[in-house]
Formats: sequence, C-alpha cells, structure tokens
Amino acid sequence: MALDHSDVKSIANLARLAISDENIDKYKTELSSILELVEQMNAVNTDDVQPLAHPTDAIQRLRADVVTESNNREKFMANAPAQQDGLFLVPKVVE
Amino acid sequence: MEWEVVIGLEIHAQLATKSKIFSGSSTAFGAEANTQASLVDLGLPGVLPVFNQEALAMAVKLGCAIDAEIGKVSVFDRKNYFYPDSPKGYQTTQLHHPIVGMGHIDIDMEDGTSRRINVTRAHLEEDAGKSLHEDFSGMSGIDLNRAGTPLVEIVSEPEMRNAKEAVAYFKKMHSIVTYLGICDGDLSQGSMRCDCNVSLRPKGQEEFGTRTEIKNVNSFRFVEQAINVEIERQRDILEDGGEITQETRLFDANKMETRSMRSKEVENDYRYFPCPDLLPIVIDDDYIEAIRKTLPELPDQKKQRLITEQGLSEYDAGVLTATRELAAYFEEVAVKCSDYKLAANWVMGELSAALNKNDVDITTSPISSDNLGAMVARIKDNTISGKGAKSVFQALWEQKGDNVDALIDSLGLKQVSDSGAIEGIVDEVLANNDGQVQNYINAEPDKRGKMIGFFVGQVMKASKGSANPGMVNKVLKEKLDSKC
Amino acid sequence: MHNLTISQISKGLENGDFTSVEITQHFLDRIKQLDQGNDGFNSFITVMEAQALADAEAADKRRAAGNATAWTGVPFAHKDIFCTDGTLTTCGSKMLGNFIPPYDATVVDNFKQQGAVCLGKTNMDEFAMGSSNESSFFGGVKNPWNKATIPGGSSGGSAAAVAARLVPAATGTDTGGSIRQPAALCGLTGLKPTYGRCSRFGMIAFASSLDQAGPMTQTAEDAAMMLNVMASFDEKDSTSIEQDLPDYTATLNNDIAGKVIGIPKEFFPDSLDGEMAKTVRDAIAEFEKLGCTVKEISLPSTDLAIPAYYVVAPAECSANLSRMDGVRFGHRCEDPKDVEDLYKRSRGEGFGDEVKRRIMMGTYALSTGFYDAYYVKAQKIRRLIKNDFVSAFEQVDIIMGPVTPSPAFKAGEKSGDPVEMYMEDKFTLSCNLAGLPGMSIPAGQINGLPVGLQMIGNYWSEANMLNMAHQFQSHTDFHKQAPQGIE
Repeated sequence: MALDHSDVKSIANLARLAISDENIDKYKTELSSILELVEQMNAVNTDDVQPLAHPTDAIQRLRADVVTESNNREKFMANAPAQQDGLFLVPKVVE
Repeated sequence: MEWEVVIGLEIHAQLATKSKIFSGSSTAFGAEANTQASLVDLGLPGVLPVFNQEALAMAVKLGCAIDAEIGKVSVFDRKNYFYPDSPKGYQTTQLHHPIVGMGHIDIDMEDGTSRRINVTRAHLEEDAGKSLHEDFSGMSGIDLNRAGTPLVEIVSEPEMRNAKEAVAYFKKMHSIVTYLGICDGDLSQGSMRCDCNVSLRPKGQEEFGTRTEIKNVNSFRFVEQAINVEIERQRDILEDGGEITQETRLFDANKMETRSMRSKEVENDYRYFPCPDLLPIVIDDDYIEAIRKTLPELPDQKKQRLITEQGLSEYDAGVLTATRELAAYFEEVAVKCSDYKLAANWVMGELSAALNKNDVDITTSPISSDNLGAMVARIKDNTISGKGAKSVFQALWEQKGDNVDALIDSLGLKQVSDSGAIEGIVDEVLANNDGQVQNYINAEPDKRGKMIGFFVGQVMKASKGSANPGMVNKVLKEKLDSKC
Repeated sequence: MHNLTISQISKGLENGDFTSVEITQHFLDRIKQLDQGNDGFNSFITVMEAQALADAEAADKRRAAGNATAWTGVPFAHKDIFCTDGTLTTCGSKMLGNFIPPYDATVVDNFKQQGAVCLGKTNMDEFAMGSSNESSFFGGVKNPWNKATIPGGSSGGSAAAVAARLVPAATGTDTGGSIRQPAALCGLTGLKPTYGRCSRFGMIAFASSLDQAGPMTQTAEDAAMMLNVMASFDEKDSTSIEQDLPDYTATLNNDIAGKVIGIPKEFFPDSLDGEMAKTVRDAIAEFEKLGCTVKEISLPSTDLAIPAYYVVAPAECSANLSRMDGVRFGHRCEDPKDVEDLYKRSRGEGFGDEVKRRIMMGTYALSTGFYDAYYVKAQKIRRLIKNDFVSAFEQVDIIMGPVTPSPAFKAGEKSGDPVEMYMEDKFTLSCNLAGLPGMSIPAGQINGLPVGLQMIGNYWSEANMLNMAHQFQSHTDFHKQAPQGIE
C-alpha cells in the first residue's frame, strides 16, 4: 500500500507535525516501505482469533475515592514555557 | 413541506466523587487555578492513571436506575485530538464497551401524560480543563483543575420530536442523577451540560436528515431556546433548497442564535483505541446487585406513591418530587404533621413563594422541615387558624424563634376551639345584635349564608381573633337556624 | 576498582575495602576522562557529580550507623527515560531537552530507598525508538568494543557505560529488544522482566503495553541483585501486577540439570549468518554439559512479530507522545501565531525523524478505515504469538536462540533505511508482544565483537532464568571479557 503526497500531509496534520514540503516526499517513501513491511500480516488468516490488548489477563484494579493530592502548583508548573497567574499560557484559542 | 424534527441529547454529568477519575486530586469546585492539578492531571511524561472505584459504582447505579443493561466487561478507550484544555492530547473515554447499555426513562409531558424515551448508552470519561480567554496579552490561560473530573455521558436515542420534550428529558435525567446522589445537578457550575443533536426530515421519511450538534448548553431554558432557534435555522435553509452542514455549533443566548464552532472539528479523526495504561473493568452480578440495593426511591416511584397512597394530585406530586431535596423536605413536613395534603399546600404555597421571592434554595431554607411540619400540625389540631399560621410562618422565616409552640404563645395566636367557650361568645353577640338576628330570621333561606359573615366578624372581634373560625361558623349557624 | 561487579562492590563496601565516596569518585573521574570530548563514548547525557558525591557521603554515614543494605553506596546509572526529581530527563530528545521532572519514577525511588548512588542519566535512542542509539538528539554513542560501531539501542548509553566500566551497572528499558540487543552488542547481561514486574510510573512511555524496565549488568548475579531493587508492585501503575517477589539471588546456585531447552527453528533460519548460528548453538551446548536437554520447537508466528510490532508500538506511541505539545513543559517553538502553529512547529522541531516516522505510522494505523486492517489485525497476531509460546512452554522450560542477526554494525550503516534497522529486532520482538521475560547473556565473539545468547522464559520465571544464566557464567568466561583497553 503506497501513500501519496496528500496522505502524508493529512497524517502529519492529524499528528500536529510540521513537515516541510521537501520532507513530505522523504516520509512518503519511508512510510510506504514500512507499510509494505506491515502488509506481511495479511499472510495469515486471523478471522477466528481474539485480539490481545494486554499481555496479561489481569483486570483493572480500583482505587478508593479519597483525596490524596495537595496543591503543588509551583513545583508542577516549573517547566511551563509560558505562565501567568497560575495559568498555562497558549496563543489565543478561538472557539 | 411538513418537517419532522429529530432530537437526541448527550448529557454530560459530573460525578460527585471526592477525587478525580484517574488521580487522587480533589474535585471541589472553585479552587484557584491549577491548585487541584496533580502530575497525572497535568499529563506530565511518565504518569499513569488509576481508576476511582466510586466513579464505577455511580455509573452502575445510574444504569440500574434507568433499567439499563450493565456492561460486565467495559473498556477505556483513548479519543485522540489536540486542544489546550486536554493535556494528554487524548481523552480517556469508553467507545465500544461502555459501562451502561440500552435503558430508558419516562418523561413528563405538559399535558400530564408521560412518554418513554430510550437511552442508548452511558459511559465513563474524564473531563477536560478550562480555557480562559480574558486578556493575557493576546494569549489564553489554561486551568487544568477540572481535567480528570469523572463524567458520565448519557446518550439518548434520537426519539424526541420537539424542544419541550427535550427539556422534559433533560429535567427528568437531572432529577434522577440528583436523586441518586451521583451528581449535584448544579447547572450554573457546569455539573451537567447538554449537547443537543438536531435534524429535520420530511414527515414520513425514514432516513434521518443531516444533524448538527449544539454543544455545552447548560440550562433547561437554554436547551429549549437553542433547539428552537436551530430548528428554525435548519428549516429556513431546507425550504430554500439548501443543505445542512454537519457540524458542531454553539448557542449564543444574547443573540438568540447558534453559530458554527471550530470548523476543523469535521476533520477530526479521533482514532479510538483501547487505552493500554488501563485494563478491562470486570464486574459480576453480585457487584451489580449490591449497587442495585442501594438505589433510593426514584422520582417516578415517589411521585406514584404520593398520588396513590397519599391522594396528592398528579400536578402537586410532580412539583414536589422534581428535586430530591424538595421531595425530602416535603416528606419530612408531611410525616411530622401527618397530613400530606396540608403539607403540600404549605410547601407549594407559602414556602415556595418565600423561597422564590428571596432567591433562596430549599437546601438553605431558613425554616426547617421539622418546624414547618410542627406548624402545620398545629393547624391540623386546630391550635391555630390558617390566618394565624401565616404569622407563625413569617416569624419562623425571620428566625424570630425556633420553637413553634413558644412562638404561638408569644404571638397570642392560640385559637379557642372549645365549643362551650365559643357558644358563650356567640350567645353574647347574638344577644347584643338583636336587629341583625331578626334580619337573618326574616331573610330568604338562600340569602342567609351571606349574612352569617357579620356575626362571624363580631365573634372574632369579641374573641380578639382567637376563636376558631370554623367552629364559630358552625355554632352560629346552629344557633341562628334554631331561631328560624 | 572499575572492573568490580555490583556484588563485589557491595562486599567491598561492607568489608570497608573502600568507601562509597571513594568508589563514586573513581567512576566520576573515569566518566570525565573517557566519556566526554570528541573521542569519548558519549554514553552519558547528564552526569550528576555533586548529587552523586552527596549521596555517596550519605551512604557511608548510613553504613556507619549500621543501616546499610546490599545496594547502599553502590554506584550505577539510570537510562535517561526514568524521571528523576530535580534532574534533567531528556529521553534523548530535543523535545525534553529542558525538562526537569518534579517527581521520581518508582524505579528511581526504589534505588533511593536503598541508598544507591546514581552517577547520571545515560544516552538513548530518542524516546526509546531505535536499535543503535543513533537517533539521540545528544549524539550517537560509541561501542567500547569498537568505536566505529554502534552499541545497540535504545539503551545504548547504559550498555556502553557498563561495557566501558564507567559504571558497574545501569538500568535500561525494553520495548522490542532495547535491553537485550545493546547488552548483546556490548557483551553484557541484560534482562527484560515479565510485563508488569517493574513499575512503569515515571518511566516515560513509548509503547505502554510493551515497555518494561530491567537491569543491564556484567553478570547474572548482578542482574539478580538489581532486579531485586527494580521489581515492585506499584499502586500508581494500573498495569503493575501484584506477583510474589522472590529474592532473585537466593536461587542462583540451584542445580539446573534436567531443564529442557527449546530451540525454535524459526530463530535459526537459513538467512541467519553461519557464524552467528554456530556461536549461539555452541553456547547452548554448554547448557547440555550442565545436564540440560535440548529440544527443537516451533514458534510459527515468529516472522509475523515484526509487522505486528511495527503497528502496535507506533500506534501506542503516537498517542503517548501527543502530550508533548509545548504547552505545559518541553520545547516550544518561537512566536507561535496560533495554537495549531504552536503544536505543529513545537513538535516538528522537538522530534527527530524516527520519532516522527513512528508517530505518523501509528496515526495512520489507527485512522478511520485502517484501524481493523492494521491495529486490530496486529492485536490478533499478538494473540497467535502468545499462543505459540504457551504451547511451547508446555514442552520446554526455557527457550534459547540468538539475540541479533549479527554483532555490532558500523555507525551510519543502517540509518539510511528505517526498515533495514527494524530487522535488527526480529528475534527480540515476539517476547515483548507476549509479555514474557527475556535475557541476553554474553556467548562469545565474532571478529572481536560480542555476541549474545537470548533466553526467553515463561511468565514470572526470572528466578529460573537468572539461575540458569548464573550457572552458565560459572562455567564459562564470556561475560568476563572486556573491550580492549578497558582494564
């Protein structure tokens, strides 16, 4: 399965990755070759096989409904590229 | 062209857990920005979710209350999209295997009938944070306190046919979740939000028309208005021969219109897949039964009981069971005074009027149900008259006293109901008003009823208002008629 | 001093042969001398000199007070994928080039509780994606056995640091072979435990259902000592399994005679280099001398592991890396004009090529119309692979084969074609897909470069695997060989 230029552009958009036009072609070739590799899965019929999402058969553990966290705003926001008044700043969001 | 309206609602209710769905942060409303956002809520590299057992229990409780199938194996999926209020770049939700399957609720129509609306499913998911758009020098501020608050998303079948039905559905669901105690139902705080899916199709057509989704409508009134303006908007387009664009829209209450939201929404491919950081949630029949046993009496059941066992009218029962708090308050009053109908009159009458006038909620009523019940009991046992009760009510409202009997005494409202004492006063009044008595005797029998009023007034005056008016009427009539 | 194993260092500290400060300083000096500069191995991204010496001092005090444990005062290093509170944690990426976590990973905390001394954070393929350490934003790592070759990846820094004896042991992570393959290429013992054995809390996620932390050491005994610390049940990790935690060192000397070793025919295809096949078979023969028997088995879905892995891992990582968006931490582009621009350029600039490739591959595999054909299909193949192993373990106690198709290759040799690089992992992937424990131990050399023997055990059989590896190492000396010039 080969991808074309617009496929790569739309994937890059969904994944929010800025890719220059020159690089689109490079990724197109590379992704297409990965997809060719991946197509090998079709060699086997898996109609009656149950997908395996987790390696173990474990089920979800439950946590008691207790507040265990306290305010650590300063420490946790120390890596913020832009902040003001305890808020993370981003370019204006228009809804 | 006759159009049929098709409406489906997706209600997001915040679950009233103490901590968040996947982290131990508090869910309390109103905290300073990002002071209730832990490592997990912030989506920092390396953090992992752990599932809150109470969120599960609440969702199952809801499922039981709406007669729904409960998913014994449910799975959390990742819904992938980028938005600043979504720190991980995906929302953890449930797509293919929700905790609650098909159920139903009965909505109350304005004409007193009820209609069954099916609920397709309800599932658990996490809430996003908030974007604040006030001026931060051209930027927006992101507060992640709300990120990770547990939500249950309740999806209705597209079975509503007009805005009023939609509101009735929203109201009934609101009533159910508050009755269950799984959501505080505070719409102003965003505890429940409603997405309205609206489409039109030519009457008789089976295929659905293109729908639009009006997001995050947060009051009953807005739901009605938003749906109605959207119906108009779509009708205008269709009648002009145009096509409806499938999109999300926002309701602007000031302009009374809906407008299109981020148009890129349509491009969004959410790429759902099972979240590999969480394992399947597996519950058994014992667990479900244990939850079912904790269900309180639900609004419809309570309403039915008030009608059939206590003789209240459909309307009164409906009003009194609209919210859990009101129903609880009312029933406490009714039990205290042993008279459901009398209690209904006072709660729906004087009390509601006072609450509304002063913009007070039943939960913060200055008069406790215990005191109101005690007061109504004193009307019932004739200690005070209806008129006297109004003064007691006023005194209680203004918190002039906390003991009903003491207030009755201090206000001198104890009415005389002893027939002997009343007879004495009546005899005196009749003796002093011989002329009027003669007029009564000489009047046509069907005109005498109106004339009693004079004597009643005199007796009340003589007793300084403390005579039981009903008793006075009775004694007067007996004595007067015996003279005729 | 730097040729001592963890076990020897631990005893040395106990006997008072040297202090923690002394041995820590010794390794810090070696790192300065051999790791940095143009000719250096470049195995460390961050050296925690001041912190390490402070920790060493505290460890010596703790020992004096009589509270020392086996790991108190012992130097080691963490792969730069584990969050360390207050210390830069980059994951080998520009995206996290300035990220200082405000918390410790559980694995990190486990070592802190013991009073162990972390010398620094080791280099790695960016976000754990790679098999040569060449994708690191902080530059490639030189294999101490031959500086023109790569050390393997993604735990290349940890492998090179231990091989060069800059540190006696280091932690690694393994998603598709990232502990076992670099261990094999650098002559080390590396163990990927059963999925769920070690906590993933604080271990920056690549592919959540495949990632596992594990030790990279000189010997099986050291690996056992290290697993004792790394393994724990963690309530903060929903995928952490509450399983009995034995003392892995207690059973190292059990008799292994009678154990049945399965050799999958798919691990010795005709395409496998003859010398590699011979070296590995010779190593397996050593086990027969110890009383084990060998049986040929089949794991028919082995070749399907590659395509399945390259759907599942990218799919999971595409979502795991979405949080790297320039909003709350990490690299942010300059002057973003709107939110979309912020995301696209921050991520475009912050991520390297291989990471972008895998994010896009994953995004594609999950997208509408392709989800069933790719993602669900891969999960089904995963089931087949697990079933193969379950059947095999009904007949054998342990499975053995090669780790890699060849020894360390030259830097730049495979970085032109991603698929060629992916083939490096063909023998290691199925283990992660099934969640089984896997080990690599030194088994010889080809052209002066180390070769590894892979051992795959049944779920929770790490004690048995370490036992067998230790017995092998008690009767051979492949693991004692060090790169030329390292003494």
